[in-house]
Amino acid sequence: MTHGVSDHPQKAAEFISDSQRAHWHDGALWFVRDKRDAAARSVPEWEQLRETARQIKAHALSRLPDYLEEFERKATALGAQVHWARDAQEHNEIVYGILKAGGVQRVVKSKSMLTEECHLNPFLEQHGIEVVDTDLGERIVQLRQEPPSHIVLPAIHIKKEEVGECFHEHLGTEAGATDPAYLTEAARQHLRERFMQADAGITGVNFAIAETGGFVVCTNEGNADLGVSLPNLHIACMGLEKIIPRAADLGVFLRLLARSATGQPITTYSSHFHGPRAGGALHIVLVDNGRSALQQSEEHQRALSCIRCGACLNTCPVYRRSGGHSYETPVPGPIGSILAPSRDPEKYASLPFACSLCGSCTDVCPVKIDIHHQLLTWRRELAESGHLDWKKRWSMRLAGVVLGRVWLYRFAGKAMRIVLPLLPRFLKYNPLNAWGKQRELPPMPRKSFREQYRRRHGK
Amino acid sequence: MESKQTILQALRFKRLDEQPAPSLQQNWVATPNAIATFEKMVAAVGGNCIRVRNMQDGLAKLPELPCYADAKKVCSLVEGVEKANVFLDDIADPHDLEDVDVAIVRGEFGVAENGAVWLTDRGVKHRVIYFIPQHIIVLLDADQIVHNMHQAYERVGFEQAGFGVFLSGPSKTADIEQSLVIGAHGARSLHVLLLENGGA
Repeated sequence: MTHGVSDHPQKAAEFISDSQRAHWHDGALWFVRDKRDAAARSVPEWEQLRETARQIKAHALSRLPDYLEEFERKATALGAQVHWARDAQEHNEIVYGILKAGGVQRVVKSKSMLTEECHLNPFLEQHGIEVVDTDLGERIVQLRQEPPSHIVLPAIHIKKEEVGECFHEHLGTEAGATDPAYLTEAARQHLRERFMQADAGITGVNFAIAETGGFVVCTNEGNADLGVSLPNLHIACMGLEKIIPRAADLGVFLRLLARSATGQPITTYSSHFHGPRAGGALHIVLVDNGRSALQQSEEHQRALSCIRCGACLNTCPVYRRSGGHSYETPVPGPIGSILAPSRDPEKYASLPFACSLCGSCTDVCPVKIDIHHQLLTWRRELAESGHLDWKKRWSMRLAGVVLGRVWLYRFAGKAMRIVLPLLPRFLKYNPLNAWGKQRELPPMPRKSFREQYRRRHGK
Repeated sequence: MESKQTILQALRFKRLDEQPAPSLQQNWVATPNAIATFEKMVAAVGGNCIRVRNMQDGLAKLPELPCYADAKKVCSLVEGVEKANVFLDDIADPHDLEDVDVAIVRGEFGVAENGAVWLTDRGVKHRVIYFIPQHIIVLLDADQIVHNMHQAYERVGFEQAGFGVFLSGPSKTADIEQSLVIGAHGARSLHVLLLENGGA
């Protein structure tokens, strides 16, 4: 992950410069989007479920501190140890402290976007602990030393030939192998060894239940369960917003989650953990890292309802064509473009503009977050707080002046119709005109719409 | 402790108006035939559902399943399995279950809309038995199938079981170019033997 200011248009331009790959990526995600549509249509009360899910999350957020306390109380009564972390650094230190106290050398970790957000792996590695990501897609990107490009499909940007090369180098598979079944089998054997050797397992959390003190982890591969059912130590890391009030609320969310994510009726494993295994230890780390600020924001609180299904990524015309890495944030795509600037508006100022405001993300969101409205709100807030680049700032200011004065607007229109066709190309298409990079101006009409309208109606 | 107070204070800095929690007693759609839908969904998620009359017929069916017939190490949580030779209660370290070929387990209930079976660690010494064997065979009473997840959570209780899982089909992944591969880390196959006359 690069530091400094992220520049989505630049990264996206790099991605689409390989046109064939960009089209392949687009198609791969559309395939998943299609499966989601079919799954959603198969449930007659889909809209009723979405609305109920939205209400549960709105309720949970409005009483978040109470539910967190209740969760801690119940989880502690079940024998788990609950930790609170204000930020990524504190989260990493807590996790390392637990591992160190347990004399842990090797950890297996299932998918957790929170630990990506906190950069837990490099932190633990610096302290001499081996961390193995056990989700197949995450293992692939870990071996390639790159971040995931999607929250549900971490290796969606990688072709099977590249996986073959990577496994040939690291796992000793046959050179040139590309068969997904063969490569998956090789990963199964390789990761079985890691599961057997691990001293501790780390998982994320999909849902934490206030009334019972338990939590749910969903996977298709079974890697989370294997990882925390062999060693005695289980650490579960969760953002504050994962809390739901009642166990029965899971009926709503588990119906929505996998259908929205991959089009499956439910994930293969939906595991419910209540307290540690007999003779084992369970630690739960609750992480804020900017979430309390979002919860307090009337404009953006709803973004905390996200259940990380990835549907808004799969449907987004910009995400599909620019790839997850172009966002330079652990959660990319439409939802990530809302979450990232709340953590660092300066660094992520370009993300709310990586959007055509088509609204498809809002339509597919299983918890009905008004994603594209939030993106628009972010644009306004970024403009007000001075985070726009100067070209956009000045062109908008100029547009404001012209559009705010009828006489100036008419004059400017007339002048442009005459002057523009006479101008040399370099004055019209240059680095100042980002719009003109892939577009040509239309031929200028002789008369404005207003003039034509008046003539036809004889006024 | 200090961090907890800081976080809770931040969350309470501005009191938010409480939004009402919705009732979950809604007119959720039920399938016309829960058992038939369940069978269809188990197949759709990559499993195999076989109807048998009762437990005795279910046990008699086992040798017809290749994963059982070929198995060297069989761990059964059900009485009366002939080939059973791994006994959970005799095993101290769950790592010793690494080479179990097939596990035969009892499902508490099934869910028609997604083909999932509810399994718990109640009376099960090592929960890894649901994840580590190469193949899984679940015995489930046909009269224990609910329509949807809402009904499922009316049945789930966490008082006796620290761990419970909805298992829907065999382990799978599509992380390499969206190609579905069965057998990621968990079971390579899942059979559900549906006992039509319950456990009788």
